Amino acid sequence: MAAAHGTDWRLRAFAPAVLPVVIFVWAAGHLPAVAAGGTVRLAWDWVPSLGVSLSFLIDGLSLTFALLISGIGAVVMLYSGQYLSGHEHYGRFMGYLTAFMLAMLGLVLADNLIALFVFWELTTVTSYLLIGFGHADAKSRRSALQALLVTGTGGLALLAGFILIGSVAGSFELSEVLAQPGVLTDHPWYLAILILVLAGAFTKSAQFPLHFWLPNAMAAPTPVSAYLHSATMVKGGVYLLARMHPGLGGTEPWFWSLTVFGAFTAVFASVLALRQSDLKQVLAYTTLMALGTLTLFLASGVDVAITAAVTFLIVHSLYKACLFLAVGNIDHATGTREVSRLTGGLARAMPVTTVAAGLAALSMAGFPPFLGFIGKELKYKGILAVASEPYVVVAAVLAANALMFAAAAVVAFRPFWGRGTPELEPGATPHEAPWPMWIGPAALALLGVVFGLMPDLAAVLVDPAVVAILPAGTPYELKLWHGVNVPLLLSIATFVLGLGLYLASDRLRAGLAAIEARNPVHFDRGWDRVLDGVKAFAGWQTRLVQSGELRVYLRLTFATFLAALGGTMLARGIGVPAVALPQLLAKEWAVIVLIVAGTALVVLTRSRVAAIAGLGVVGIGVALVFIIYGAPDVAITQLLVETLVVVLVAVVLLRMPRLYSEGRVIHRPVDAVLAVAIGGATTAVLLLVLEVPLDRRLTTWFEETSWPEAFGRNIVNVILVDFRALDTFGEIAVVLIAALSAFVLIKGIRREGRE
Amino acid sequence: MEAVLAILIGLLVAASVYLMLAKSILRFLFGLILISNAANLLIFAAGRLTPGQPPLIPEGADAPFGTVANALPQALVLTAIVIGFGLFAFALVLAWRAYTELGTLDSDEMRLAEPREGGS
Repeated sequence: MAAAHGTDWRLRAFAPAVLPVVIFVWAAGHLPAVAAGGTVRLAWDWVPSLGVSLSFLIDGLSLTFALLISGIGAVVMLYSGQYLSGHEHYGRFMGYLTAFMLAMLGLVLADNLIALFVFWELTTVTSYLLIGFGHADAKSRRSALQALLVTGTGGLALLAGFILIGSVAGSFELSEVLAQPGVLTDHPWYLAILILVLAGAFTKSAQFPLHFWLPNAMAAPTPVSAYLHSATMVKGGVYLLARMHPGLGGTEPWFWSLTVFGAFTAVFASVLALRQSDLKQVLAYTTLMALGTLTLFLASGVDVAITAAVTFLIVHSLYKACLFLAVGNIDHATGTREVSRLTGGLARAMPVTTVAAGLAALSMAGFPPFLGFIGKELKYKGILAVASEPYVVVAAVLAANALMFAAAAVVAFRPFWGRGTPELEPGATPHEAPWPMWIGPAALALLGVVFGLMPDLAAVLVDPAVVAILPAGTPYELKLWHGVNVPLLLSIATFVLGLGLYLASDRLRAGLAAIEARNPVHFDRGWDRVLDGVKAFAGWQTRLVQSGELRVYLRLTFATFLAALGGTMLARGIGVPAVALPQLLAKEWAVIVLIVAGTALVVLTRSRVAAIAGLGVVGIGVALVFIIYGAPDVAITQLLVETLVVVLVAVVLLRMPRLYSEGRVIHRPVDAVLAVAIGGATTAVLLLVLEVPLDRRLTTWFEETSWPEAFGRNIVNVILVDFRALDTFGEIAVVLIAALSAFVLIKGIRREGRE
Repeated sequence: MEAVLAILIGLLVAASVYLMLAKSILRFLFGLILISNAANLLIFAAGRLTPGQPPLIPEGADAPFGTVANALPQALVLTAIVIGFGLFAFALVLAWRAYTELGTLDSDEMRLAEPREGGS
């Protein structure tokens, strides 16, 4: 296919792999320094006022992750250049993939919690784009959205946890937080922080019961699955657990939550892996199993267990990426990924893929002399060193390992070496994939052997990472042969059990399918139900709040106003000050009676004309207040405006129907209660304001400067046209805009009337 | 007198809220007028009342003699009256336009933008 596009296409196919290679080389350059126990820190200010900086820390843990991300990234991009050759959205795909890789690198290298969170969410967003790459397919869109919502929700919990950490530890810099032992674990908020951080890590790393999004994410193109599942996305959660281990670990809640969730996820997922009939799904569930195992091993603070976790992390990344890409090659060559149709015979047609997949599977199954064997031995040793209930946990790990053995055989042995012949898609001839699609998997598979034969080489990656997780610990020595001991016996038991499971795998698959059909608990469908519930709630809530009735909106607005005002007064225990009725002059009484009477008329009358008259009375009453209390300018304006209002209302009202066309008054007791409460609150607030001595500084300043500086003897006028002239200008603008709008509204009516 | 005015303002606010919650947009508009009056009085009263002494500077003086009425709230209220009028005039025309378009003054029936669900 590639040849048809010529050199231009060849450039496009290989160019994306350059960036990960450069990053890999750059990261590898730090290996000697980090292996010697050093760290490198790079920092730039980002939002200094919030203590947020763009700081990166290269230590053993982040460097191991960075090497895996960039190294496997290079393999995946090289592979994708062929796999998606000629795809119409190839450029878009590579853009997403590169963005995802950079986000992932940022996530593992970030030393600032807020920066880490931002990168965390960037991986969520970019993985959403990658999973939904086949956007024309509804299933793919649903899977992408599911992954986004599940991991995004976890991300929000994580942010809350990080903010708590920042306020407890006094810094958002991870290296500063982790340098204070006990600052988090001894704090009363520890449990809240732990739950929030674990919520983030467990959603990202798909721990039971939030595992369902991961198998669905298989909707993505195969190279994406290889990448998301091996080195990146899901390992983000594991990375977080490892990173936070010194700060949050070492407590009972940490130990038990990681042990229980991890062990359960591992066994649950490896049983389900055998149930799957699609090769990619088999691998997806073994990824869940690996994540569960990693979580389980990060529960403790024992050297062996942590060494086992880091070793297994590397083992898993290598073989899982290789196997996914090999499955992609099988799919490419035969057009199918169905286990039942791939019963053998591909070894001759695809020799390199066969060998690469075989080596990776041997590492996955834990055969010597592969790194996987070392990893498995360490797992057994670790679990024996940690578990307070060794038999239960050892049984769980043994079952998971045996099931993984069987799954490895299903994926990487049977399609190639099985006795059957593959049922091909019409028109497909099994053939070896072009070299960019086998060289990467082959290299990854070989690494599994090399690291196994030369454990010292693997230790360069493992040991600094272990030290980063356990600052006081000593990494356990990686060795192929530890003599005949319990782990070796357990390994042999694993092989026997795994072989048996593989031979019975077809029957097991049928049996599990039958159980599943009868099982009423479906997480995936449960997810749909949760989403439907959220939508229904949103609909109900919208109908309640946005009823489309003006009165409901006003009622809500007034009620909120009342709650804010009254609630504050109640919460602060502010009482209404006592009022002694003062001696009032006759003219003052007259004004008050006038306003009260006018108001009563407006509220109670059924006649439009009476209401207008009432409004006029109130307006004049207010103007009289201004006159009595030394505000003649205000009074004049009030009178003018009041006159205009009455004229306008009268003109418009004559063109409208009566107030109560049905001729009856509707009493609204609820509205009356609300109205009286708001009126009472207003009075109370004003009385409280009047209790505070008046601050006359501004007034005094205006009085003193009005003549000397602005040459005006009417202070109010000087304020309006000089000191606060811009306000007055704004006021004029408001009136002008109102007039223009009113003009347009009236003119619009006329034009329509003419048509 | 300020305390009495405070009670009066509370009464005005209560009346306006009640009017604004009515079905008829005409009564809503009445409420709007009343609540602007109440707000203006509130600002005025909060600046304290000084009977019969407008804030003027006599000829030949640089500043007013003795205590005169607080000029600052007066300036604020003046602005507020005019803006309140602008708001009211626009609302009135809007109501009129709504009436001629929709043929009703009942705000519950004005549902062009947010029609009732299910057409009921």
